[in-house]
Amino acid sequence: MSENIKIVENATCTFCGCVCDDMILHVDMDEKRITKAKNACVLGRAWFAEHTIEDTPAAMIDGKAVSIEEAIEEAAQTLSNAKFPITYGLSDTTCEAQRQAVAISDMIKGNIDTTTSVCHGPSGLAFQGVGESTSTLGEVKNRADLVIYWGGNPAESHPRHFGRYAVTPKGMFTPGGKKDRTIVLVDVRKTKSSPVADILIRPKPGKDFEVLWALRALVKGKKLSPDIEARTGVPLETLQDLTERMKNCRFGVLFFGMGLTMTRGRHFNSGALLALATDLNEFTHFVAKPVRGHGNVTGADNVVSWQTGYPFGVNFSRGYPRFNPGEFTTVDTLSNADADAALIIASDPASNFPKKAIAHLKSIPAVVLDTKCTETSKDAHVAFRTSTYGINTSGTVYRMDDVPITLRPAFESPFPDDYTILTGIRKRVNELMLAKHYASGASGQAKVAAPI
Amino acid sequence: MSAAMRIVNGKVYDPANNIDGEIKDICIKDGKIVDSVDDDAIVINAQGMVIMPGGVDIHCHIAGPKVNAARKLQPEDHRHDVHPGTPFTRSGTGGTVPSTFATGYRYATLGYTTAMEAAVTPIGARHTLEEFHDTPVIDKGFYVLLGENIFLQNLLREKRMEEFDQAVAWWVNATKAYTVKLVNPGGDEPWKGKKNSNVSDIDEKTDEGLSPREIIEAFIVSVNKQGFPHPPHIHCNNLGHSGNYKTTLETMKTAGDMRAHIAHIQFHSYGGELGKNPVSKAAEIVEYVDNHPNITCDVGQVMFGKSTIMTADAPLAYVLKGHTKGKWVNADTECESGCGIVPFQYQEHVYMHTLQWAIGLEIFLLSKDPWRVILSTDHPNGGSFMNYPKLIKLLMDKSFRHEEMKRVNQKALANCSLRDLEREFTLNEIAIITRAGPARALGLSNKGHLGNGADADITIYDEMEDKEMMFNAPRYVIKSGHAIIDNHEFKTDFIGKLLHISPEYDKKIEEVVQPFFESYYSIEFSNYAVDDSYLHDHEIIQTGNAKA
Repeated sequence: MSENIKIVENATCTFCGCVCDDMILHVDMDEKRITKAKNACVLGRAWFAEHTIEDTPAAMIDGKAVSIEEAIEEAAQTLSNAKFPITYGLSDTTCEAQRQAVAISDMIKGNIDTTTSVCHGPSGLAFQGVGESTSTLGEVKNRADLVIYWGGNPAESHPRHFGRYAVTPKGMFTPGGKKDRTIVLVDVRKTKSSPVADILIRPKPGKDFEVLWALRALVKGKKLSPDIEARTGVPLETLQDLTERMKNCRFGVLFFGMGLTMTRGRHFNSGALLALATDLNEFTHFVAKPVRGHGNVTGADNVVSWQTGYPFGVNFSRGYPRFNPGEFTTVDTLSNADADAALIIASDPASNFPKKAIAHLKSIPAVVLDTKCTETSKDAHVAFRTSTYGINTSGTVYRMDDVPITLRPAFESPFPDDYTILTGIRKRVNELMLAKHYASGASGQAKVAAPI
Repeated sequence: MSAAMRIVNGKVYDPANNIDGEIKDICIKDGKIVDSVDDDAIVINAQGMVIMPGGVDIHCHIAGPKVNAARKLQPEDHRHDVHPGTPFTRSGTGGTVPSTFATGYRYATLGYTTAMEAAVTPIGARHTLEEFHDTPVIDKGFYVLLGENIFLQNLLREKRMEEFDQAVAWWVNATKAYTVKLVNPGGDEPWKGKKNSNVSDIDEKTDEGLSPREIIEAFIVSVNKQGFPHPPHIHCNNLGHSGNYKTTLETMKTAGDMRAHIAHIQFHSYGGELGKNPVSKAAEIVEYVDNHPNITCDVGQVMFGKSTIMTADAPLAYVLKGHTKGKWVNADTECESGCGIVPFQYQEHVYMHTLQWAIGLEIFLLSKDPWRVILSTDHPNGGSFMNYPKLIKLLMDKSFRHEEMKRVNQKALANCSLRDLEREFTLNEIAIITRAGPARALGLSNKGHLGNGADADITIYDEMEDKEMMFNAPRYVIKSGHAIIDNHEFKTDFIGKLLHISPEYDKKIEEVVQPFFESYYSIEFSNYAVDDSYLHDHEIIQTGNAKA
């Protein structure tokens, strides 16, 4: 280890949606690596430790190293000549880069979608259906005396969620920390999160909707048949007890994970949970919050929403945004063989999408930006190796509760960041589109269209 | 750098410079209005046209966390109102909560060139600035929600007023805000901490030992002392409740002779008994405003049709949810604010909605000083800003107004004086309530007029008998000297700038604020203040006591 150590205080970990911003990073500036990440959880420590600089070309076309300029030109040509170009990923990059990606999709009249469509997409749909009573995580820390986790295992997926935000922290009206809270865990199985729970409720797999609906009925004072236990695996008395606790708490919160959103029922499940939280506001203050996964998936939802009006699954082919999950979501644009070119940013669909979608992805030219070599980037027509947000580059990320945080980079990368590459592509695409416009005999001032 | 321009032959309405329909050349150079330009300047022939400064919206909700939540919430609102892109402009979607790009372009298509987002949580400032960056053409700023800030309330309770001033200034700097916003003062803690309750009287002490009046007074004193260009922007207690005009009068009285702005005053001008249908108290409210030059207000006109309620007044949104029985968003921000969102519909046949519509019009028509009674719909709460042309027609054309009155709830009309009001606004008065007045109330000395040195934000309308049609489609819109809309077409794009203030403060206050942060916020103190990278183009408007 060298003597050349830099300390970065209050750095932010972008590994998961907790976006903890209290990291103290020790950076070996000679070796260009983070040697210690104080306050980080096990996932965060791995995230910081693994991000070292590899000796590899910054840009490749069909596997051959090229200059970044050549790669940008090829990417812009590929995307602007396609009939149905799709953009996907975005949840592990900055909002600044995401804004460029939406701009590109708009200009090339393509399709844009984020990893939300394969994680909390159903929660997004449920939100559109019923709304949501929610809060920032600091309110949970300060006020919540009843905390319910549903369909998640934060001890392993979001290790600091308990300690930093929801279970043990001492807040304004919760000076005793965990002593001032009742913790309820609803999950089909025992997990590493189970020991934290005061009350553990284990419904039968696939019966979340029924349990939530039963709770809604009880909250509204309706009678339930005792055979609810036979159907859901949860005794009536347990549901009645939970109902009373929810109605009588001072500030309740329902956190929910993909165990709810990606199992039978999907957006009906999310909708039932959000509706339950809403109903409870007749009696007390109650909020709900999806526990989001990727570091800036919440930012992606926000950026796509403010630029288009819709959170994901957006298509520009008619010259304006249209929203249709199931048609404009990426699994579908690939599986249905609609897409004829792809721009993939900070995501690896080739390793986790359905087979049919992967097969189509491999058959079309893809422009891929990633910090690592992935299944997706290996077969890319144009591949950019980019620097890592939060480690090498600054920018904005949104925590799972929509709180925006500015990143403090630890050390410089020889690779450009997503924002720089996407801005380059966006500018070139804009030139190409304006050239088409003028070629058709139209007038106007040649000026960059997107005010970015 | 924009090209030099000379606009000739147009009828100029520039009330700040006492120009009322005179034919006069307007010259532009380097984004500013100048006395003269060289002969080779571009000439715009405005024969048969009306020239006004660009419109200034003093109160709207166009960017930030709650606006984006309302966007996400309503795909049905976007789908029927798409906003196609052009080779020069981005696409988007409309409805009552348009996407950012559509928001900027649509303001431009009404001839508006400045708009102020009226309620942003400090922790949401960064988000708002990011959205502003994607909101084209217009200049924009925002008011930061500090009234329910727990740290500031603690200082207030402990009567640490010197530190209170410093902390207010610190927060405004940390967020790049334009002024301070108060919403339902004292109502946040009962809502979040006491099972969704609320305050109901301006002198009611909360459990924390502060009354709404004490909070209001403290901010008015502090902001006036520090000479912010725009005083505290106040959303009074009891919004929407029958009998609330008394609270509104008391709020204004609390200001004494200090400057204060009362937001969407229409929603606060109701008589009658709580729980029963209200009656109009527009006359009482207008009389107070007329007689107190320290008070400015915007009307918050209700327009029939779709709206979206979005407010930091969470208890109010919950009451409205009880009426709509539809989807509802509540969003609590730690230590800072509450928020509620409800899709809404104002309907002619409903007594309450008609009365609200009528009271708004009464306030405009009864007011003697249009400079201080400013046009707004509290977009999108009273209706979209896209209703402004229709609202202008309602004010300028009494026969149209009387036609519209036939379609509304007649019982409600009987409880106000609208039928008896014959006044018609002139173009000069419209220029006051949409441009000169709001610019003056905001302390924006380079906006809202066409004098030498003003920003070259100019709108040129074809003069038409139908004022709705006229104000709906300016022939030219010039922003900072750039012809954005040229002969009705977008010919270029423009980003606009952020307007904010930067009051001085003693850095030592950070040592007082920081421990509170470490205990009760969920982000680190040093990651809280917004840095300059979020500013894009910006202008700092001067603070100082001279503007009292």
